[in-house]
Amino acid sequence: MSVVLPEPDLSIVSRRDAIVADLRKLVGPGVIISDEDGRRAFETDALTAYRRMPLAVALPGSTEEVSRLMRYCHQNRIKVVARGAGTSLSGGALPAEDALVIGVSRMNQVLDLDFPNRTAVLQVGITNLNISEAVKADRFFYAPDPSSQLACTLAGNIGMNSGGAHCLRYGVTTNNMLGVKMVLMDGQVIEIGGKHMDAEAYDLLGLVVGSEGQFGIVTEATVRILPMAEGARPMLMGFDSNEAAGQCVAAIIGAGIIPVAIEYMDKPAIHVCEAFAKAGYPMDVEALLIIEVEGSEEEIVDLLGLITKLAQPFNPRTLKVSNSPEESAAIWKGRKSAFGAIGRIADYLCMDGTIPLGKLGEVLVKIGQICDSHGLKVANIFHAGDGNLHPLILYNANDPVQAEAAEQAGNEILELCVAVGGCLTGEHGVGIEKRDLMRVQYEPADLVQQMRVKTVFDPRWLLNPAKVFPLDGREPAFEAVQEAAE
Amino acid sequence: MQNIRPIDERECARVFNDAAATGTALDIRGSGTKINVGRPVTAEAFVSTRSMRGITLYEPNEMVMTARAGTLLWEVEEQVAAKRQMLAFEPIDYGALTGADPRETTVGSVFATNASGARRILYGAARDHLLGLRGINGRGEIFKAGGRVMKNVTGVDLCRGLSGSWGTLALISEVTFKVLPVPAQTCTLLLLGLQDEFAIETLCAAMMTPYEVSGAVHLQRGMVARLAHEGLRQQGDAITAIRLENFPKSISYRKERLKDALKIYGEVHELEHDNSLLFWNELRRLTPLQRGTAPLWRISTKPTAGPALVKAISSYMACHAFYDWSGGLIWLEVPETSDAGAADIRRAVAQHGGHATLVRAAPQVRAAVDVFQPLASGLEMISRRLKSAFDPAGILNPGRMYAGF
Repeated sequence: MSVVLPEPDLSIVSRRDAIVADLRKLVGPGVIISDEDGRRAFETDALTAYRRMPLAVALPGSTEEVSRLMRYCHQNRIKVVARGAGTSLSGGALPAEDALVIGVSRMNQVLDLDFPNRTAVLQVGITNLNISEAVKADRFFYAPDPSSQLACTLAGNIGMNSGGAHCLRYGVTTNNMLGVKMVLMDGQVIEIGGKHMDAEAYDLLGLVVGSEGQFGIVTEATVRILPMAEGARPMLMGFDSNEAAGQCVAAIIGAGIIPVAIEYMDKPAIHVCEAFAKAGYPMDVEALLIIEVEGSEEEIVDLLGLITKLAQPFNPRTLKVSNSPEESAAIWKGRKSAFGAIGRIADYLCMDGTIPLGKLGEVLVKIGQICDSHGLKVANIFHAGDGNLHPLILYNANDPVQAEAAEQAGNEILELCVAVGGCLTGEHGVGIEKRDLMRVQYEPADLVQQMRVKTVFDPRWLLNPAKVFPLDGREPAFEAVQEAAE
Repeated sequence: MQNIRPIDERECARVFNDAAATGTALDIRGSGTKINVGRPVTAEAFVSTRSMRGITLYEPNEMVMTARAGTLLWEVEEQVAAKRQMLAFEPIDYGALTGADPRETTVGSVFATNASGARRILYGAARDHLLGLRGINGRGEIFKAGGRVMKNVTGVDLCRGLSGSWGTLALISEVTFKVLPVPAQTCTLLLLGLQDEFAIETLCAAMMTPYEVSGAVHLQRGMVARLAHEGLRQQGDAITAIRLENFPKSISYRKERLKDALKIYGEVHELEHDNSLLFWNELRRLTPLQRGTAPLWRISTKPTAGPALVKAISSYMACHAFYDWSGGLIWLEVPETSDAGAADIRRAVAQHGGHATLVRAAPQVRAAVDVFQPLASGLEMISRRLKSAFDPAGILNPGRMYAGF
């Protein structure tokens, strides 16, 4: 694969045994993993094409331990890679040979549930789904719901500002966060926000969410929890063309209806997902929308009626409302396991660009052409309500020529997303995967300003090295603000 | 004082460049409606966004608009209203608190001050609706952040970083934001004469239902007496109000369910659509807070802590409270004193948790006390560095938020 990773710092790697011995003195037994087999479990994330053996791995059990580890690394100029569950699709948790991986998975406790104030305080190693599980009995939920919610941690969600199928209505992670406890690279522990909203001050919380492990390691978070709707029901709508499906989405939103989710699949995706989930997806259509609405029985019927009426001008070939909780579950199972289902038939690269909704038809045609030109197949699955595309480029990972072609096609697709007014990544993050494409979206001045903010939090640039910002051109920001910070 | 109104970003960049070279402090503003809110700035010139105006993109079906920062807020709202859309965070008339004309409020300033109204509890704050921006930093560099699409995690989220930074990090020259459909119908449930503790309990109970309450406020009697709405003013008692906005069928269903759930707290009255709009529009304009010059604080806390916090403060001074955000936002009017009650209020806030900002007070008071909540040492260090990361020469609104930077 073609993203260049820097050569490891031999002065660090050669001192590995001594460093490991030092680290062990700082934390409780079992926290430091240094043997080869143990480290290998952390050598990659969900972007499996890239692998690097970490210097060592730490799985601390408290903020205090994280702080001691970070302080040591800061003093000894050892890089640190933060890790949740390692489900990043952009290589955000990829280790480095000269970096300590600090995983927060053991810190997974619910610290406080406060229903009248609609907040939960959690250690960030908790999985996304377990937050909702913890408040389910009281008929509450945590809104951001990435497809990997069974495995992914709140830590990773904060790092990547994760979204999900229902964020059209409920927003992404940053819109549902109230506060964090975070360890800075020098070991200092800071607290931002809390159970209150919108304190008048710099929005440091907004900067930290989505900072891809570049600013510090968050150990605890206060999140908004919401009362569950009385009921929810998805419907399926099949169309003869992508354009018709796209126009239908625009018509629904234009009419003032914002369903909790509008998900889209094209024909190849429908077939693979149906084979996997037996969800009752129509097999003879070019495009499928899963539209979910919430409310009481009467409200659901009313809203689905309105949506059905709005869809008529676009000649939906199938219109099917879920008849039971089981059917609803199957419909969502098909969608949420789509990546896994496609993984059964081929290796794939999952793109994550976002486009203005009005460009949907045009962009889908061009994505098809790009993949064709590289001799590759593509399946499209995405959040149609907000224009966040997930083209899955299918290839054979054991064929280096195909792998190269897939990466090239992916780059071209992302360039296309930017060219039509969109962005490189809607919810997966930049990581290493899109690092070298950042200049497609941003001018040098834009990137330098972002890097200066990174320097505010991590003056020595030790956190999550070689990610997010192109490797060349980092120096001006680094030096400029370091001066100011010293 | 020199009045500079750059006509575009490049001119603004040149001005900043020169100012940085000479260390000239600049007062950054839109129309200046909020110039008497926050710490007073001592500057040699002011730079206004007012000549950078105009809506450059509006795609109703994509729920997105781009406007140059100096565009007037009412012009933006008029445009989106024509397509039955709105700024869902319901920007408040901040400037009116100090006598400014809200018709002069610019759209850029709304995001620069993160000015969100009652609907914040359901739809999020101004900062949550900001998708992208362009700006000029204190080095005179033009940069952009975010974009025009609904979901974007590409790089550091500078949009959030600049929301609520009060012109101290950069001059925001253009904003791209989300616009949402205007709800078909509005209905308000009212409970009268509740004590604060009971009122906030009622509001929190309403927020715990699945009925998507989009406004939850409690006005003490003293505040009610200042309402323009005659019927509500004349009934004379404290008002606890809960807003529902939705399709008509949902409203008729939800209001009955909610009434049923809240009847244990008192008799539940109903304000129908037209009167609801009048009432919430008044709150958005902050009418009850506009009269007079008494010091005014804006306190953010967890909702259930609100009444105890106000009680603690009222043991030190006479005060009038208007609770928004189901109790989590308290507008508190206090008597004029040399520090506008800062010492006592800060002590109470420290005890109960939260943040307090002195929104209105005489300039000498705002210059003498911490207007914004004093920062813990770690946060102060980061805030100082953040200022340097955008404005190393310290020329943009120096001291507007914090003394010394």
